Amino acid sequence: MQHLEVRELSLAFGGVQALRKVSIDAARGGITAVIGPNGAGKTSLFNAISGFYRPQAGSVWLDGEDISALKPPRRAALGLARTFQNIALFRGMTVLDNIKLGAHVRTRTGLLSALWYLGPARNEEIRIREEIERRVIDFLEIDHIRRQPVASLPYGLQKRVELARALAMQPKVLMLDEPVAGMNREEKEDMARFILDVREQWDVTVLMVEHDMGMVMDICDHVHVLNFGEVIAAGKPAEVQADPEVIRAYLGAGDAETLRRRIRGEAGAA
Amino acid sequence: MQGLIEFIEISLTGLGMGGLYALTGVAFVLIYKATRVINLAIGEMLMVGAYLFFGLAAGLALPWWLAILFALAGGGLLGLLLERAVIRPMLGENPISVFMVTIGLGSILVGLVELIWTADPRRLPQFLPDEPIFLGPVFVFPEPFWSFVIAAAVIGVFVLLFRYWRGGVALRATALDQGAAYAMGINVPRVYALAWMLAGMIAAGAGMLLGSIAGLSPALALFGLTVLVVVIVGGLDSVPGVLLAGILIGWIESLAGSYLGGEYEHLVTFALLLVVLLVRPWGLFGTPEVERL
Repeated sequence: MQHLEVRELSLAFGGVQALRKVSIDAARGGITAVIGPNGAGKTSLFNAISGFYRPQAGSVWLDGEDISALKPPRRAALGLARTFQNIALFRGMTVLDNIKLGAHVRTRTGLLSALWYLGPARNEEIRIREEIERRVIDFLEIDHIRRQPVASLPYGLQKRVELARALAMQPKVLMLDEPVAGMNREEKEDMARFILDVREQWDVTVLMVEHDMGMVMDICDHVHVLNFGEVIAAGKPAEVQADPEVIRAYLGAGDAETLRRRIRGEAGAA
Repeated sequence: MQGLIEFIEISLTGLGMGGLYALTGVAFVLIYKATRVINLAIGEMLMVGAYLFFGLAAGLALPWWLAILFALAGGGLLGLLLERAVIRPMLGENPISVFMVTIGLGSILVGLVELIWTADPRRLPQFLPDEPIFLGPVFVFPEPFWSFVIAAAVIGVFVLLFRYWRGGVALRATALDQGAAYAMGINVPRVYALAWMLAGMIAAGAGMLLGSIAGLSPALALFGLTVLVVVIVGGLDSVPGVLLAGILIGWIESLAGSYLGGEYEHLVTFALLLVVLLVRPWGLFGTPEVERL
C-alpha cells in the first residue's frame, strides 16, 4: 500500500492554475522525489499536502485514510512532518528549544501540572528530552551546537536543525522541501547521507522536492516530474532522466535527440 | 532630607502606576506578538473590566473576591468574543484596516458602558487594603503600593507561563514563525484566541486596580493612550521592553506631575515618545523591522 497518496489534486489561485489533477504517491519506507522547473507547482503541492492550501479538487491520503479535510495541526499529529524551502526555524530560540518544539505535538501536559512542574509534566519532559538527545541530536551530529541560538548558525546547519525538529515529531512521512538548496558540495553529501540514514533507522517514508538532479538520482527510489502544475512523468530516476518530455520541460522545446546531444556536449548539435 | 523623602514618595507612587502600565502593556504585547494586531481598544477593554467589577460588586452585591473572579472571567470572555467575531474575519486584511477596526471597537465598548452605567463617575468598592504604608520614614499610598505588588506578581506568573506552559510555548512559537508553528502541530487559530483571552483577563485585572486608584468613569479608557506610549517606547514585540518602559513612564509621569504640575504629565510622556520615535522608532527593545505606527 502507498503510504502517502495524492489523488487528482487541483489548486488554483484566482486565474492561476497551480496544480492540475496531480496524482503522486510515496511508497512506504521509500524515498520519493518531486522534481520540476521553477514555478512547476512543487511547493504548492507540498503546501496542499500539509494542509496550508485548500485544493479545489482532489484528495490526500495518509496510511489509507483520507486527510483532505484536516487542518495542518491534525495532519502533523497523524505523523506528517515537513521542512520548508526557506528555513522556518524559530529564530531567537536555541537549537535545543527548536527541536523540543517538534516534540510539542506529542506532549499532553495541562496547565496546572506545567505550572507546578509536577510528576507527569516532569516525567514527560525527561522522557522526551532523553529521546531527543539520543535519537535526534546525536544522530544528526549537532551535539556541539545545541545551546546556540539558531540564527547564529551557518545555513547548512540550520537546514540540519530543521530536519532534527521534524524528526522530533516522530513522523511517519517526512516531507523535505529542497533539503540541499544553496548548500556546498560537502554539505550536500552530509545531508544526503542523513536522509538515507533517517530512512534506515527511523522507518519513515520520505517525500522530497529537490532541484539538485545529482542528489535525486543518487538517493531516490522513485521520481515524479511536475511541469506547469501537471505530472508529466513518473518512474525510476534513470527512466525519468531519459524521458524526452522531461528533457523538454527542463531545457525548452526542440528536438529531444538534439537536446540530449547538446547536454552531452557533442559537437555538431545546434 | 525632607526633599529626598518627598522625592522617594513621589517615585514610589509613580512606580505604582508604572506597574499598571507594564501590566496593561503586557496584554498589548501579547496580542501583538501572537496575532500582529495593534489593538487600540486595550484601554477600553481595561475600562470594561473595571465596570464589570463595579456591576458585580456594587450592583449585584457579590462578595468582592467573587466579583473579581467573575470580572476576570468576563474580561477573558470579551477578549475571546472580540477575536472570534471581529478580528478573525479580518485575518489577512491590511494591518491598517485591522488597526482601524480596533479603534472602532473601542468606541463601541465606551458606548455600551455608557448605555449601561451612564457616563457619571463612580467609586469602586474598596478591595485593596487601605492602611497607609510606611517604609521607614517614607509614606506610600496604599492603592498604588498594592497595585504594584499585584501587577508584579501577575506579570511574574505570566513570564513563567510563557516559559514553561505548553500553551505559552505554543504562543512564543507562533509569534516567531506562524507557518512553522502550524506545521509543527500547533493549533494557530487557538493560539490567537488564547492570546486575546489572556489579554482580556489581564486588561480587566489592570482595570480594577486602576479604578480603585483613580475612580471609575468611561474616561478610564484614556489610560490606553499612555499604554500605547509605553509599548512604543519599549518595543511593540518585547515583553521586557514593555516592563521597563512601563515602570519608567509611570515614574517620569509622577515626577512631572508633582514637580511641574499635573498638566505636564502627558506633555512629558508624549515628549519622550517623540524622542524615542526619532531616535529608535522600533523602541528600546523591539525588533527593528517591526512595522511603525
